[in-house]
Formats: sequence, C-alpha cells, structure tokens
Amino acid sequence: MNMKNTTKSALALISLLAVSSGAFAAGADLGQSVKQPTNWVAIGMFAGFVIFTLFITKWAAAKTKSAADFYTGGGGITGFQNGLAIAGDYMSAASFLGISAAVMASGFDGLIFSIGFLVGWPVITFLMAERLRNLGKFTFADVAAFRFEQKPIRIFAASGTLVVVAFYLIAQMVGAGQLIKLLFGLEYYMAVIIVGALMMVYVLFGGMTATTWVQIIKACLLLGGATFMSLAVLWKFGFSFESMFASAVQIKTDLALKDGKIAEVAAAAGQSIMGPGNFVKDPISAISFGMALMFGTAGLPHILMRFFTVPSAKAARSSVMWATGWIGYFYLLTFIIGFGAISFVLTNPEFLDPVKGGLRGGGNMAAIHLSNAVGGNVFLGFISAVAFATILAVVAGLTLSGASAVSHDIYATVIKKGAANSADELRISKITTICLGILAVTLGILFEKQNIAFMVSLAFAIAASANFPVLFMSVLWKDCTTRGALVGGFLGLISSVALTVVSPSVWEVTLGNPKGSALFPYASPALFSMTIGFVGIWLFSIMDNSARAKKDRDGFLAQQVRSETGIGADGASGH
Amino acid sequence: MQDDLIQRVVNNPQYQELKRKRSSFGWTLTWAMMIVYYGFILLVAFNKEFLSQRLGEGVITVGVPIGFGVIVFTIIITIIYVRRANSEYDDLTAAITKAVLK
Repeated sequence: MNMKNTTKSALALISLLAVSSGAFAAGADLGQSVKQPTNWVAIGMFAGFVIFTLFITKWAAAKTKSAADFYTGGGGITGFQNGLAIAGDYMSAASFLGISAAVMASGFDGLIFSIGFLVGWPVITFLMAERLRNLGKFTFADVAAFRFEQKPIRIFAASGTLVVVAFYLIAQMVGAGQLIKLLFGLEYYMAVIIVGALMMVYVLFGGMTATTWVQIIKACLLLGGATFMSLAVLWKFGFSFESMFASAVQIKTDLALKDGKIAEVAAAAGQSIMGPGNFVKDPISAISFGMALMFGTAGLPHILMRFFTVPSAKAARSSVMWATGWIGYFYLLTFIIGFGAISFVLTNPEFLDPVKGGLRGGGNMAAIHLSNAVGGNVFLGFISAVAFATILAVVAGLTLSGASAVSHDIYATVIKKGAANSADELRISKITTICLGILAVTLGILFEKQNIAFMVSLAFAIAASANFPVLFMSVLWKDCTTRGALVGGFLGLISSVALTVVSPSVWEVTLGNPKGSALFPYASPALFSMTIGFVGIWLFSIMDNSARAKKDRDGFLAQQVRSETGIGADGASGH
Repeated sequence: MQDDLIQRVVNNPQYQELKRKRSSFGWTLTWAMMIVYYGFILLVAFNKEFLSQRLGEGVITVGVPIGFGVIVFTIIITIIYVRRANSEYDDLTAAITKAVLK
C-alpha cells in the first residue's frame, strides 16, 4: 500500500460512521459505487430478516399504546438487553466495514480509530448513566432542563438533537444507498426508499419496543458473523497472531515490491502496518478528534435515550457495562478481520478491480469480500444482509430520537406546557416519524452524489460541543443557570458547525475551494468548540444575577438528591 | 418533591457518604481513563518509533499489545465501577431511601 492510499484511507476514516460513502468519497470513486449483479442469496437472507422483524413489530405494536410505550418501550427492558441494543446502535455498518477496511489499508491506524470510538463509554458510565436514568423520563432534555426554565432549554435540546440526528441520518441514508447498490445490485433510489419505508414501519407501529428488538437481533447477527469470520481467519493461521501478522507484512512487502520499490523500502512499507502511520498528522488534530469521539458519544441523543428504557439506575449501569464489553470485543474482531482481509482478499484476483486497482466495489468492501473468501457465497449473503440490517436499525433509532424531541420536548412541553395528553403526544410523534422518514429519503437522494464524508464526525463534534456540556454542567455544577446553559450550548453548537465548514474536509474537499485555503486547519473542531461551549456556560452562568438564576441554583439540591438516589424518580419509565 | 424530604436526605450521613464515595471513585476512574487514552494518543503523535519497535524476533510490535491493552483496560475499568456501584452504592441508596421514607 503506498503512501497516497494510506492518506486516503486515513481521510476516509474521519467519516467512519458515514458507512461506505465515507471511504468512497475519499477514495477513487467519490461516493459512487458500481452497481453489482443482483445477489439473490443476500436478498433472500435480508428478506428473512425483514419478515422476522416485521413479526416483532406486530407484537410490539400491540404493546405500544401510550406515549411512554412509544418512547421507552414501557421501561421494561433489562440491562443486558439494553446493553446489546446500545451496542447495536453504536456498531454501525461503518464501524464494521469502515474499520476493517482501514485496518486492511493501513493496519495499526485502524486500531487507533476504533479505540477512539470505545473510550467514551467508561466516561458515560462513571459520570452520566445512573444520573440520567434518575432524572430523565423520555429524552435527554428532561435531564438538561430539570431545574431550568423549560421553554428555552427544551428548544435548545431539541435543536441539538435534530441537528445531530439530521447529519447522522444523511450519512446513514447515503451509505445505505451505496452499500445496497453494491451488495444487492439494486438501484440507489430504490435502496434509499426501502430503508426509509421499513424504518418508518418499525418506528410508527412498534415504537421503542420494536426498535430495541431490531437492534438486539442485529447486534447478535453482527457479533455472530464477525466472530465466525475472525475465528475462520485465525483458524487458517493455526490460531497464531504472529503468523497472521507475519503473512500480512509479507503480502504488503510483496505489493510494494510489485510497485517497483527497492527491497529495503518495500520491507519497511510492509512492517509499517504494524505501527502508527499517517493517521495522526498533528497532535492537535489527534486530541481534538479524540475529544469529539470520547465526549460526543455522551451527547448522542439516540444513545442517551436508551437509558430511559430500563427500569432502574442499576439496570442503566449494567446496560453500559454490557455495551462497552460488546463494543470493545467487536473492535478487537474488526482488527482481526482487517488483517485477514490483507491475507485472503488482497491476494485473490477475484476480489480485485482489474481496471481501477484496489478492491472490486470500493475500499469498504474488505469485510464483505473476506466473508466470501472464508465462508463462500452463502456467508457472503449473510454478511451483506447483516450490513443492510445494521443501517436499518441505526436509522430507526435515530428517527425515534428525533421524533421524541419534537413531540415530547417541543409539542408536549413547550407548546402544551406539559399538559398534553398521551394520545395527542403519541399522534405528534407518529406524524414526526413520517416527516423524518420522508425527509431522510429526500435528503438521501439529494446527497447521493455529494461528498458527505464529514457528516458523522460533525455529528460527533456537535454532540460533544453542545449537548454534552449542557448536560454535564446542568447535572454536576450547582451554579449553572438557564441563561448560561442556553448561551453556552448554542455557542458550542454554532462554533462546531462553523469550524467544520471552514475545515479542509468541507471547505476544500466538499465545497471545492483550492487546497490550503481552509481557515481552520485541523481535522476536528471539538477541542475548540467544546472549550467554547464550556466556557460559555460558565461565563454566562456566573454573570447571571437574574431572579431565574437564583431559582436555578436553589433547585440544584433537590436535583442532586434525585440524581444521586433516585428518590422521587419514576420506578419505571412506564408512566 | 417536598422540601422536608430533601432536607432529611441531605442530613442523612449515609447520603453524604454515598455522594462523597461515588464522586471520588467516579472521577478517579474518569481521570485514569483520560490518562490512558490521551497518553496513547500522545504516544502515537510524538513517539511513533516506540510503538513501531518489534517485540522479539517476530513482526509484532510494542504497539499491538498496548492498543489491545487500551481496549481491554476500557472494558475492565467499566466493569470495576459497575460492580462496585451495583453492590455498595445501591445498598447505601436502599438504606437512605428506607431511612427517609420510613
């Protein structure tokens, strides 16, 4: 692998969760995947998944009667189940395809990436999970606005939610379209419509219960498939990591020799996959990006929402523990899968594109081709179906959290001042779900040919700079006030979006301005925009001497008692 | 929630104990996680040679066990917190609830 490709894949990595589109965008084929012949095995497997999940939706629909059922599944989900569902929400198709492709391209650099996606979880566990569960009911705005003036904080939280959901959703929809075109040989627009329609069915009829079970099933399938693939790879090397790595180094060396490198340079290129390469260009970008991943995880609305589906603080803690375990295990597997792909995909002309070079179907196909190499056509179909199911489940979770922000935060709390009846609230969330579904499909089609590589990292940066600081300060800092949270939160939101727009990945790559013209040189704005958010909250809170500020500060004691002990919290979020 | 209930909780010594223990343990582990992760990132940024050193005769480098180690550390530190919270802190919480609600 030459330097150019390494840089390209590193760039693609920035958009890891943006599914295939990310790597395509940064790779040769700029978001355009080649339509493949129709794969009937994959379609059959996927149809099986859809039929099964539709039965679950039917069962869930019978249980989804009130707004509470819709938002939280009646609070009857266990810690273990919720842990799997959180893992399902988090292990998107991009983590799977993107990270394994990154490991195949540049080895160790892929590992650096996956670590970044994991380290936010302990922080959520230690500082947030149980407090969220004790304070909140349906959305993270319940927690952020607990002792503050409801209207402004709800509007802020709903904006934060919808902006994050929108960017995340576009990335997933475009990724879904590209991936399905590739895996199933369907037209792009059809793929996007199928995803949108199925997601609407799950969310509309089954609410949180159906969404949770779709996540759980998908998480099991994905973990099962990835485990099988990793074991198959390790088995071929007699379960020796050393020989697996040695084979990969040898292959990379041979490829460099074939490229016309002299022996010494080629050997160095081969060994380079075993250590850090070009991913971390400057320390500021590395730290900034690390912060976006670490703290963004604690500000993603669809993840935070999952804490309200469990009956107690204990179950909330157990669910993050299971989630962290599964996600960590999954990232270890993707590392093995990536190295397996070097040995069994890069060496097999069947998987290589004879014209353009690289993998047939684009860089993100590493895991998909590997499934074919180790398990034949049936396993290829299985993994393709799992990848599609993965996108579907993530999109459903996102839509549900967007719909809750509109119906619970805006409609029930801001417009109806908390006096909305459950039936009306449920109706509004269903209408919002339909609107979001249509919007997602439309945006998915509009953005087909756009470079959307920056969107998921933007979603993480916004979550880290707007949602997380407000949540963190309102729960843990006594002197935080409505005004401070509002101003600081919006400053974090605006600065993270603005800095992303003037960063190289948008200003130069997406908007087509000349190279080097970006005002903000770093890969992620989080280091700066998070600081702006926190300082804003602090400054505008300490300067706030209004009557409201006094009320906000006086309310801290009661909030703290409830957040620490759960006294006064609902036993289960079913009411 | 009524003010006298809150006062009873706040005046309960076990509540103060819970708050103090959870806060210090939670922050200690948070700092431990930050040091491990940002330490790793700084190592990647400033000392690539160290991570690229080979361990013994084979191709495996120092970076591989360290990287895997960070993942395993993340999982273990989470388990440590949750186990303690689900026993010790929950017992304290139950005792407080019992005492103040009678």
